[in-house]
Amino acid sequence: MRTTLYDKLWHSHIVEQQSDGTCLIYIDRHIIHEVTSPQAFEGLRLAGRALAHAGSMLAVPDHNVPTGADRATAVNAADSQLQLDTLAENCQAFGVDYIPMLDPRQGIVHIVGPEQGFTLPGMTIVCGDSHTSTHGAFGALAFGIGTSEVEHVMATRTLVLKRQKNMRIEVSGALGAGVTAKDIALAVIGKIGTAGGSGHVIEFTGSAVRALTMEGRMTLCNMSIEAGARSGLIAPDQVTFDYVMGRPQSPKGAAFEQAVAYWKTLISDEGAHYDKEIFLKAEDIIPQVTWGTSPEHVLPITGVVPAADGDARIARALDYIGLTPGTKLQDIAIDRVFIGSCTNGRIEDIRAAVAVVRGRKVNKNVVAWVVPGSGLVKLQAEEEGLDQILIRAGFDWREPGCSMCLAMNADKLEPGERCAATSNRNFEGRQGKGGRTHLMSPAMAAAAAITGHITDVREL
Amino acid sequence: MDKFTCLRAIAAPLPMNNIDTDMIIPQHHLTTIKRTGLGIHAFSSIRYHDDGTEREDFVLNKPACRSAEILITGANFGCGSSREHAPWALKDFGIKCIIAPSFADIFYGNCFKNAILPIILPQKTIDLLLDDADSGANAIITVDLEQQQITGPDGGVVSFEVDPYRRHCLLNGLDDIDLTLEKQDIIRDYEAARRLTQPWLFKD
Repeated sequence: MRTTLYDKLWHSHIVEQQSDGTCLIYIDRHIIHEVTSPQAFEGLRLAGRALAHAGSMLAVPDHNVPTGADRATAVNAADSQLQLDTLAENCQAFGVDYIPMLDPRQGIVHIVGPEQGFTLPGMTIVCGDSHTSTHGAFGALAFGIGTSEVEHVMATRTLVLKRQKNMRIEVSGALGAGVTAKDIALAVIGKIGTAGGSGHVIEFTGSAVRALTMEGRMTLCNMSIEAGARSGLIAPDQVTFDYVMGRPQSPKGAAFEQAVAYWKTLISDEGAHYDKEIFLKAEDIIPQVTWGTSPEHVLPITGVVPAADGDARIARALDYIGLTPGTKLQDIAIDRVFIGSCTNGRIEDIRAAVAVVRGRKVNKNVVAWVVPGSGLVKLQAEEEGLDQILIRAGFDWREPGCSMCLAMNADKLEPGERCAATSNRNFEGRQGKGGRTHLMSPAMAAAAAITGHITDVREL
Repeated sequence: MDKFTCLRAIAAPLPMNNIDTDMIIPQHHLTTIKRTGLGIHAFSSIRYHDDGTEREDFVLNKPACRSAEILITGANFGCGSSREHAPWALKDFGIKCIIAPSFADIFYGNCFKNAILPIILPQKTIDLLLDDADSGANAIITVDLEQQQITGPDGGVVSFEVDPYRRHCLLNGLDDIDLTLEKQDIIRDYEAARRLTQPWLFKD
């Protein structure tokens, strides 16, 4: 039978299948952070249960770590600090590999996992965070789970799941200059909506996807969840193997060769059945920007803010975002810029921003931040001198963390502030109560920082 | 876990599509290490004014719906993050059943882990239930998981589908970790085989 990549990953992880199709699925890797794990550890303790396999886990604090230069001495909010301390204590008590905040490897879990070679093709990977879909870029079945499931994996190294449907999104052709993986992701969400992938695993295929670097592939799979799909997938190829090779936790020598031989089988068969197929041409995609309060409220940069036309949800979005229908996207002035997050906090994203910023200054009305996705991304950027270009231009160059993507700590917008952000969600209040978010690529956010308004980076 | 068998309660209408988990429980309430006590923050950004007083126009603040245990809402409910704080907040408020045309996948699964029954019904049926719910305290409906039926205030009956395994767990208040732990032997066998075929996956 011809099967998809998802079918292969699914079948190879079935421990037991019940007659109604419910399966017990083996979990190879489990990443935890400070926000969604404390209640799971508490559950284990209350029930007197052991941790099934600490060696398959990795813990990194990211959601509410301070990102200012003084993070070592910064006074965190008491409840945030309690979460960070609780993670450290739990990892010590249960023997879980833990990367503390001041370790140079610390960063956003979905950036650290791949960097460390903790993420490998063919695995099942879970984390109590919806952007776990990021790891699907390696041809791993990776998805976000709730805290009860975190506890289930901790206790049993398995999850009870039903098979998802198969969806394929093919992007053919080649992307134009100034158009990135983020623009593909936003264009896909614009086409299928935020529930378009519900109940499905999305496999991204086509020449434009194959041409992406691992960083770009991670950006694309990261936002599968904004298209409603718990997992995104890209079949592993030489680009993947080259990225994985030599990472601290990836296999070495003969074991690596053995692994690659297996990983090469992780492709969808010609003619395999997909329940849904979507086709996009890369040439049709230009830089994308959101105008509203859902990732599906997205338009090409040449667009104008739409009218509600009796749609209550759109009327509400327009009211919250404070825009008048008919306004050109390029005429929208911004107050803040946020370059970072598990969507766009990797080295390639910072290079793309610097390519735009080099020799220019941040607009006087704009406060612009770059928050590297990990300590290693930060070090790499500093070795390349990128930090100095950004700082000279007027950017705040910060320490790694989730920061203003979800605004759990002091990193947030003030009410009414408008932000060009490279993160993944523009929900009401996402970047701070009353804050207004416009999602876009790092190059587009950098262009907005320079001009003070949303700008077509291709014309800068 | 608590059982869910049959619920007779007030249903509150919240007819908005794409209600995301940030709206159900904003991020600044996630800095807790407990599962309980989040009910007061449920829907806080649309439930309270900036000064903390209640908004009269929010459905769960209306006298008829303050003790609602059923929510009737729009498509793609619970989209966004995986935070289980969303169902924890709803449960702590008193919500035990949510009826919508569709749910986001992670939120849907999280509900069952907290003895909340999410029910998917066609939009047309939801519209009828919303009409009933608009009649406030009179909108007492009965959700019978055993029979997989909803009985409206006027006696009209609607059937619904639910996954048999999840239904079984809810009806009996079963903790699925206990159920899985009974299968430790087959998990161990699977893992042993995996160590042979994909040894690079194991660090110890």
